[in-house]
Order: sequence, then C-alpha cells, then structure tokens
Amino acid sequence: MSQSAVDVPPKGGFSFDLCKRNDMLIQKGLKAPSFLKTGTTIVGLIFKDGVILGADTRATEGPIVADKNCEKIHYMAPNIYCCGAGTAADTEAVTDMVSSQLRLHRYQTGRDSRVITALTLLKKHLFSYQGHVSAALVLGGVDITGPHLHTIYPHGSTDTLPFATMGSGSLAAMSVFEAKYKEGLTRDEGIKLVAEAICSGIFNDLGSGSNVDICVITKGNKEYLRNYMEPNPRTYVSSKGYSFSKKTEVLLTKITPLMERVEITEVGEAMEE
Amino acid sequence: MSIFEYNGSAVVAMVGKNCFAIASDRRLGVQLQTIATDFKRISKIHDHLFIGLSGLATDVQTLYQRLVFRHKLYQLREERDMKPETFASLVSAILYEKRFGPYLCQPVIAGLGDDNKPFICTMDSIGAKELAKDFVVSGTASESLYGACEAMFKPDMEAEELFETISQALLSSVDRDCLSGWGGHVYVVTPNEIKERILKGRMD
Repeated sequence: MSQSAVDVPPKGGFSFDLCKRNDMLIQKGLKAPSFLKTGTTIVGLIFKDGVILGADTRATEGPIVADKNCEKIHYMAPNIYCCGAGTAADTEAVTDMVSSQLRLHRYQTGRDSRVITALTLLKKHLFSYQGHVSAALVLGGVDITGPHLHTIYPHGSTDTLPFATMGSGSLAAMSVFEAKYKEGLTRDEGIKLVAEAICSGIFNDLGSGSNVDICVITKGNKEYLRNYMEPNPRTYVSSKGYSFSKKTEVLLTKITPLMERVEITEVGEAMEE
Repeated sequence: MSIFEYNGSAVVAMVGKNCFAIASDRRLGVQLQTIATDFKRISKIHDHLFIGLSGLATDVQTLYQRLVFRHKLYQLREERDMKPETFASLVSAILYEKRFGPYLCQPVIAGLGDDNKPFICTMDSIGAKELAKDFVVSGTASESLYGACEAMFKPDMEAEELFETISQALLSSVDRDCLSGWGGHVYVVTPNEIKERILKGRMD
C-alpha cells in the first residue's frame, strides 16, 4: 500500500484513489452500485414558541425497504436539529461533520450556536462539492435571535421559510401545509399538523413509510418524540412461529471456548511528587 | 450486470438473547462460473466482534486487512478491544472517505457489547449505517433474505434455536439466487463460546 498505510489516521476529507479502478470496471460493462437513499418526507414549521420538525422512518435501497425504522432527524446542537433526505451516507456524514464544527465553535466563542451558523457551514460544504454530495436538508432551531427554519438543496442553495417540506413526499406534505397552516399555531396544533403532513407523505408516496418522528424545539428546551405515531404496525404475527421439522445438516462444528472477561483494577499508590 | 453481482454473496446476522449469529454462503464466482466453494466472507476482529463482507471479493479482502490493521493499532494504544458501536463508526468513516470512488462491498457487523448486549448493523458501500434490533442482510441474495428473515425471526431466541433459524433462512434464500450458495458458514457467539459450523447445502 502507498502512503495511506504510513499516514494513519488520514488527514481527513475524501480520498479518490479507487476512482480509476471503478471507472475501468464500469467501462467493462459492470453497473455502478446503488446507494442507500432515504426516499423520505421531511417537514418543518414555525409555531408560536419555536420550531417543529417531522420525518418519516423508511430507508430504501432501490425498490427494497432496507430499514423500516431509521432516524432522519439528526442532532446538530442542543437547540438545532436537521432532517435529511437524499443519499443516507451523505446526510449522516454532513450533519455529523457540521455538528462537530458547531461544538468547536461553541467552545471557542462561549455562546450557544445560531441556526444561521449551521446554515452557512452546510451550504459552503455542499456548494463546494457541486451537488455530488447529495443531501437535501431541513434545518430548524431556536437561538438568541428567535426561531428559524431553512431548507438546503444539494447544490448549496437555501431558503428561509415559515413552513417547508423536502424529499420525494414533499408534494404530498406541502399540500397539507398549504391548506391548513396559519401563523401563531399552538404546540399541540403544530404537532398535529406536522403529523398529518408526514402521514400524507407516508400513505401517498412510495418512497416514504413506517412511522412518524417529531422534534419540538423551543427557547431553552427540546423534545425529540421518536416514533410519535406508528400508523403501520405489523398486521398479522403468527403466535406459533416457525418450526423446522427437518434440521439443517451440519458438516463440521468447531467450538472455541472464551475466557470470561474480567476487569482488573490495579490499586496503586498515589503518585509521588 | 452490477458490480456486486460479479462475485455473488449472501451475508446475514441475527440477534438472540445475549447472543448473536452471523452467517454467509461459501461460493466465490466470476460471473456465472464458480471458482471456489470455501470462500471465507466472515472474519473475526476480536472474540466478541465479527464482520461479514459481501460484494466484490478483492475489496472484501482488502477492506478486511485495513480494518484488522486499524483494530490492532487501537488495541496497542488503548490496551483493550474495540466496542462494536465504535467499530461500526470506524468502518463507516473508512467507507465514506472513499465516497466518490467507493469500496464495492457492503459490511455486516455483529458483536457483543457491554453487559453482553448483542449489536448488529449493516452499511451500504459508502458507509450509511443501518442499525437493527432483529436482523440485517446483505449481498446478491438480500431480497430473498429480507423475506425469509422477516418470516422466520422471533425475538429473544436462545443460541441453538437462533442457529437453526439463521441457517434455514440463509439456505432457503440462497436457493433462490444463482450467484450464491454452495453451503453455509455460521458463527453463533455467546458470552462463553464461539460455535463455528459449516452447513451442507445444495451445490448448484
């Protein structure tokens, strides 16, 4: 191996050394792999006291449901959360990266993070990769200047809105918002509206499904309601389960006994000066 | 043909009561020709952590060597084994580093964490982690595996019942996939022992 073996851990950022080989394989006629996408319906709205974010929980790999209960509302800061749609690895990596940058910034400045800081860090990163990092985000939070809600597109453009939807189910959810949104909603009305919008995405869009996750952020407080609604339970579960009459034929068995894991705490004397 | 279908593979992991099982098929092929019937897809990282890799066989072996290297370095520095959750984050970071020219494999990680709580997860080829509480699948036979596991899985199974369930799910799924099969390799790990078994399957 070349320098990557010596230079461990690597200095960060992307490494392109397998690109040439992968291009050669594609030219030879092999199709490139498909990535885990979050088909998704993600929404956000601003209510009287803050911001409510909502998301469905289905992750798809082509037409197959890979994860029936994944988490699409990512933590950015104690007062800022971000929902992600698009390629799952990109949304997770980009939100983790900006979350660490925000934490370092908080240590440096000694102040709570502002939503617009997260917005600028995200849009700078996404624009510099010209849309190849395929992450569409709904960013919301409450900071010293009040509640904020933004959408960020994979190419780096942003919008600031009172209510927003993204993902393949965004049209279904936006139709609910356009009909029923008004300014100055209370917390319960807001949660009910967000749940309704996500449900409309779950039932009408094939790329979204399973349960509804909701996150309510107000000044100085946040509530992450994981699986707030579960409108798709498993309808029939056989109580008997499977019984295998014909056992699997085993050719070879190897048993390795493991020693019990023992914690050894050494009691030593205090260090001398 | 997709790059993942070049060699063919099937890997599945399931959670039981204070134990886990990870299983794979044994075929190595070059498109439709079989060249080996004893290919090892599941490797041990440490006594309570296993990784199964499906996809292009050369990347399976290279990625495994890189991960063992990083884990040994971790053991030297920290004087202990890596926890499964930490290892999953490490694999995810190594795969995402190559986001625009990825390793063409999908890992399945299974381990026993603190208090012997079983942990399983899978990732796509660029490191998107997918944690599950019941089972995870990967490989060319993944669609059949999803169906078989969904039907056969029960929560809180003991080690013997878990072995039977995962073997039946694996063998019935690879029977419906031309590119994987030729037997099975199953590891069932409890806090006290690792049981490694080789299964007899259809050799076609």
